[in-house]
Parts: sequence; structure tokens; C-alpha cells
Amino acid sequence: MPDVLEALLRVVIVMVAFLVLPLVVGQVEHKAMAHMQARVGPMYAGAFHGWAQLVADGVKFVQKEDVVPAAADRHVFKLAPAVALLPYLVAMLAIPIGPGLVGQDLDLGLFFVLAVMGAGVVGTLMGGWASANKFSLLGGIRVAAQLMAYELPFVLAAASVAMAAGTLSLIGIVEAWSPWWLLWQAPAMVVFFVAGLAELQRPPFDMPIADAELVFGPYTEYGGLRFALFILAEYAGIVVLSALTAVLFLGGWHGPFEDQLGWLWTLVKIGLVAFVVVWVRVAFPRMREDQLQRLAWQGLVPLALFQLAITAVGVVVMTQ
Amino acid sequence: MSFPGTGLVKGLAVTMRNMTRRSVTAHYPDALPELPPRSRGVIALIEENCTVCMLCARECPAWCIYIDSHKDTIPATTEGGKDKSRNVLDRFAIDFSICMYCSICVEVCPFDALHWSPEFEYSELDIRELTHEKERLREWMWTVPAPVALDPGADVPKEITTAEKAVQKAEQVAPQEPPS
Repeated sequence: MPDVLEALLRVVIVMVAFLVLPLVVGQVEHKAMAHMQARVGPMYAGAFHGWAQLVADGVKFVQKEDVVPAAADRHVFKLAPAVALLPYLVAMLAIPIGPGLVGQDLDLGLFFVLAVMGAGVVGTLMGGWASANKFSLLGGIRVAAQLMAYELPFVLAAASVAMAAGTLSLIGIVEAWSPWWLLWQAPAMVVFFVAGLAELQRPPFDMPIADAELVFGPYTEYGGLRFALFILAEYAGIVVLSALTAVLFLGGWHGPFEDQLGWLWTLVKIGLVAFVVVWVRVAFPRMREDQLQRLAWQGLVPLALFQLAITAVGVVVMTQ
Repeated sequence: MSFPGTGLVKGLAVTMRNMTRRSVTAHYPDALPELPPRSRGVIALIEENCTVCMLCARECPAWCIYIDSHKDTIPATTEGGKDKSRNVLDRFAIDFSICMYCSICVEVCPFDALHWSPEFEYSELDIRELTHEKERLREWMWTVPAPVALDPGADVPKEITTAEKAVQKAEQVAPQEPPS
């Protein structure tokens, strides 16, 4: 019985984190982006500097009509937001915050998380295809192209860390981590972060939803709660990407007083990476489709392979 | 010699610097804006000054001033004298949904019946409410600010020089008349 209770507790905690952290990231994006553009952002909702803006947005989305286009593939169209959102919830289950502080410790944690994150993109693809809209379809195809291009450097960069640590368990990787990896695995960290941004279709890699040419890409026909779920998936994706970057490359709970404050260190690192995601969005213009593909195939893939070679040499030298 | 990626770093630096500075947003409903002098907010009317000369209505490029009037006869004060007639203003309205705030009516008025007030918060839910009748235009008069002070070193206003000349002339004509 206590096992069931403990599992239940872990699931509830992950669920709460899944519902709260993306909103926190979203609010930070609202306010940080506004101030970076010399604005103030939301100020009224919740009386203090608009802290409840996203709650208000959620209430608004719930009230909206649930519209399915007549020509759409109804079932796929309705299922797509869930397919986009759930993988990030599942991924969160396997990401450790501290030693033992994890939804479910998996021996193949890294492999599992990467596989599940790739599945999240399928939801967007489904939405793009099922909407029966040319903009959605073009956006969906761009999503697919982007996934193909960036999944490879993404996985290669993660593989580099797994190779250095000699394990696929996320907890094992953090325990094997030492500060000088920051230098050793720096190219992999850059590749992982950039490819992860591209996979989430975050600016400057938001060519699939480029509003100037594709209206809103795969999400064009979505409105109300389903649209909100897609947006929530994007922010959940930021949280998962930031958490993975923090755990794989920034040493997770390593830091002063890690015995007591380990979980706090992980959260701080996740927060910092998430802030960089927002920062990059504000600072850089959107990349063109061909620039996107060139960056992946001519920039990130060779860099990731180069990093793999460095890691292999390092591991061989160290084990001798 | 420039390294690849300096542009990216510059972009990040600009946004970060912006974030640490105070934003320039005007918090309008909470803090009222500081309007410059002679702001054109709404047109106010002193009904008593109006002689129904119709200059404003005729000069208005948007035709947004409506004036109705009738003639009143004032009976002659002396016996056998001629009756005088006088214009009485019945209606003076400005349709602010048409007005383009060009200020021609204010400038053209020979009797200073029209003035600019800086008040601008008179939006309405019904467009017909934007036609302000003379009672409402009279109310705006209380919000008209005093004229802006003259620049240092500016010429003495025309009215004062004219008045001074008149006084000088009067003194020359009757210099030895004792003050009554």
C-alpha cells in the first residue's frame, strides 16, 4: 500500500509541476519580453504587475467556442492538441530534480525522454494535416522538415554526454558530472540547446508558424481550449528542454550545499536556461527556411559529430 | 577583424540593457498625460460672446458646426425712433465625430467666443452623443486654461499698446482737464 501511495504522490507532484512551471515561464516571458522592448507588459490582472494574466487568458480560452472546420479530419483534429501536450508530461516524469527526487527513475532515462520529446512534434504535424487548410499543411510540413533536421544533432549532443558519463540514466549522468564538463561538453551544450529550441519551434526557429506568411501555421484553424493546449505544450516544452539542459550539461543539483539545497539548484538552473530561451526569442529575428536547414546540416550536425569525437578521445584517455 | 557571432552577442546585449532600464510606457488611465500648452482637446464656447456671425460655421472645412438663430427686435428707446434688431443664438452644436481639430473656427472667431480646452476624455458609446450642444460646450469653458505666458523679451501685446496710445491721445487733446 505505501508503494501505491508514494507513486501517487510522485505523480501528483509531477502533475502540479507540469501545470505550474509552464505558466511561470509564460509569465516570465510576458514580463521579460515587455521590458526588453521598453514596455511594461501585463499590469492589471491579479492587481500586482499582472501576475494572474495567464490565468485570465486560460479562463478566456475555456469560454470560447469549440470550432472544428467542416473539411477537417475531425478525430485527428481533436486529438492533435493532446498528442502535442502529453509527451512533455511524460518526459517530466523521468527528469530528476535532486537525488531520488524524480517521478520515475529509469535506467534508460535519457533515451526515454528524447524519444518522447520527438513524439510531441507529431501532435503539431497531426494538427497541420487534419486542419484541411493550406497554411496549416505548409506549416505542418515545415515542422516535419525541422524535426528531421534537428533531431539528429539533438540526439548526437545528448549521446555525447551519455558517452562521457557511461550511462543513459539521467541521475547517473548528473552524478558523473563534474564542473570541467562545462568546457569539455560546451559544443554539445550549444548544439543541444539550439536544436532543442528548433524542435520546439521557438523563435528564431519559428518558421513553421511564421505569422507573416503562414497565418499561424499548423495552429491556424485552432481556437479556444485546443489552441490553449498547443500553447501550453510549447511552454511545457521549454520547461522540459531547460530541465534537460540543466540536468545533462549544467550539473543538475551540483552546487554549494547540494545535500540540502540540491533541488533548489536544479530549479535555479532550469529557470536560467528558460530565461535564455525567452531572451533569445526577443533578441533574434526569425530565420528563413533555407537558413534553418543550412544551420542544422552544415552547422550543428558536424559540430555534434566533432563533439562526439572529442568525447570519445576524452573517455578513452581517462579510462586508461 | 570581427569574430563570427559578435552580432548575436550584440543583439543579446541590447535586449538585456533594455530590460535593466525603466520602460517608457505612459500609464495613462492611472497617470494622466502631461499635455503641452495649447493642446487641442475639445472646443469650448462662451455663448455670451457669440453674435451669430456664422464665420466659424462657414470656415469649418468639415462642416461640423451647426448654428440656429432668430432675430429679436428691440423696441426703440426714444419715441419715433427706429426699432433695433439683434441676433439671438438658438442652437450652437459641434459634432466631434466629424471635427478634424484644425482650429480654424477658434482662430476665425472675431469675438473670442470659441476656445480650446485640453480635456480629451469625452468618448461615447453612441456616435450621436458626440454632438455637443451649446450647454455642454459652455461647460467645457471652465476647463480652458489661462493663456500661455509671453516669451521673455517678446513684444508688448497689441491690446496694451493700443490702449496706451489711446490714453496718450486723450491726454494730448485735454491735458489741463482735472481728474473728476
